[in-house]
Amino acid sequence: MTLSNLSKASLKDWLSTFTIKKALFPVIGVLVFLALWQVGASRVDTSLGTFPGPVVVYEQWNSLIDDHQRERTKESQFYERQEKRIEARQAKDPSYVGKIRSYTGKPTFFDQIFTSLYTVLAGFGLATLIAIPVGILIGLNSSVYSALNPVIQVFKPVSPLAWLPLVTMVVSASYVSDDPMFSKSFLTSMFTVTLCCMWPTLINTAVGVAAVEKDLLNVSKVLRLGWVTHVIKIVIPSAIPLMFTGLRLSLGIAWMVLIAAEMLAQNPGLGKFVWDEFQNGSSNSLGRIMVAVLMIGFIGFVLDRLMLTVQRYVSWDKTQVLR
Amino acid sequence: MATHLDISQVSIEFPTPKGPFKALDGVNLKIAKGEFVSLIGHSGCGKSTVLNIVAGLYDATAGGVLLDGREVKGPGPERAVVFQNHSLLPWLSAYENVELAVKQVFRKTKTKKEMHDWIMHNLELVHMTHAADKRPDEISGGMKQRVGIARALAMEPSVLLMDEPFGALDALTRAHLQDSLMEIQKDLNNTVIMITHDVDEAVLLSDRIVMMTNGPAATVGEILHVDLERPRDRLSLANDPKYVDYRAQVLTFLYEKQRKVEPISSPAPSNKKTKGKVVNG
Repeated sequence: MTLSNLSKASLKDWLSTFTIKKALFPVIGVLVFLALWQVGASRVDTSLGTFPGPVVVYEQWNSLIDDHQRERTKESQFYERQEKRIEARQAKDPSYVGKIRSYTGKPTFFDQIFTSLYTVLAGFGLATLIAIPVGILIGLNSSVYSALNPVIQVFKPVSPLAWLPLVTMVVSASYVSDDPMFSKSFLTSMFTVTLCCMWPTLINTAVGVAAVEKDLLNVSKVLRLGWVTHVIKIVIPSAIPLMFTGLRLSLGIAWMVLIAAEMLAQNPGLGKFVWDEFQNGSSNSLGRIMVAVLMIGFIGFVLDRLMLTVQRYVSWDKTQVLR
Repeated sequence: MATHLDISQVSIEFPTPKGPFKALDGVNLKIAKGEFVSLIGHSGCGKSTVLNIVAGLYDATAGGVLLDGREVKGPGPERAVVFQNHSLLPWLSAYENVELAVKQVFRKTKTKKEMHDWIMHNLELVHMTHAADKRPDEISGGMKQRVGIARALAMEPSVLLMDEPFGALDALTRAHLQDSLMEIQKDLNNTVIMITHDVDEAVLLSDRIVMMTNGPAATVGEILHVDLERPRDRLSLANDPKYVDYRAQVLTFLYEKQRKVEPISSPAPSNKKTKGKVVNG
């Protein structure tokens, strides 16, 4: 076989295995969806105009980017003006100490994304810090498990919206400080996320810890491993696959809960953006909300993939099918 | 013959919904230092239960086990176990699996360098140095079992307990590992209790074969001294009249004196393989 033949054959292989399976079908799927969306949307009339199709959404996406850039320019101009004013006064009166006032413009779509992202990560991080140790504890000890199980089972299905008023009141009452490190709205959103998303991690960790193979437990006994070594060397590694299943579920829930909490509480973030646009009721609003919907979905997807990547890296069980 | 390990009047009952199930009744066995003893018997007769009591994983209901005159309480590395399905930690490499045991046993008595040498020495014994950095899922069943043996040997146990160590392997690999085990045994002269289903394996490896009666309430039926010169070679032994006779004696015990007639209805908790197997002789 000549070289050109070989490269032709391998190119063909590459096309048939890689392109079709990995790229072509997903592209077809998305295109069909976009077409159906465009056709379907034009038939839905609302008081704010027709339901936005992909074209409108794309336009709104661009306008949101423009808004963001305009806002940034305004902000830098605002600071420039302040500096000039202070310099001018200092020229007249050297003892004058200027005070820089911060810009109070409306947060843009992208500011809201950023706010939502760090809120969700903080809430999820706190949930993980609570859920994994507690999960390990109840997985190891069946008495602790039976003691905590009723509580877990009752709190697990509670909707974020039910927690929100309580969390808001508790945060406003207990977090009183002249120079707060975090804003109250951030803490409210974060705790609500924590309360709602820790359960899958907790339960999966407990199940993983309780399901350590009997033979491995016997190995640990024969070696007379101390409690700490036993947990670190045997229990945690064997629970890791299930722990990550829980973590991925938790992160997904955290993201969904956060958007709902932000909408209801008017806390800064993507949820507030959606609600503001809805209240705004301009002809652009539906398109902008649709941009937010897609962005929420996309970020959720990226978060899940990140978690999956971490899981792949950490998990010893390379044969496990991860999706 | 000085007694190294003394299994004395051991009985055990397991609680079941239908009341206590007596798995072992008055098992007596004295084992000398450096002796290789096999336990053989039908499925569900309680061989594994005896081993688990010696290991300290089960507590005898009556009687007890003395090791060098001291009663066995709970499991410990001086009675290392080679489990049937290797029981290596799947997230650790072969080296790290042995290391876990070595660190646990020699943490206070060996330096880092000595521990490393000792780990490599034990992997060398089972011819596994080439795969020291491989994880269990990257090596074959026979290799996993070799690492399992290395881990047990690395604990320098005063008794090595082997629970059907080669039961899950194919015949060729099994023969290979039996030869390896004899070779190691020649150098180290460990005291070994091995559980087996395989008559040839028992005759080939053992100094004594302990044949157990059928459960429930199983006990030691007969003990056969295998007086074959070491090193033993499986090929030349195949036609050796003494070997053939020993083999016949074990078979006679298993299939005439202790023939299982009734189908097994309630398997002993220790042996899950009994499930679904119908033996009608």
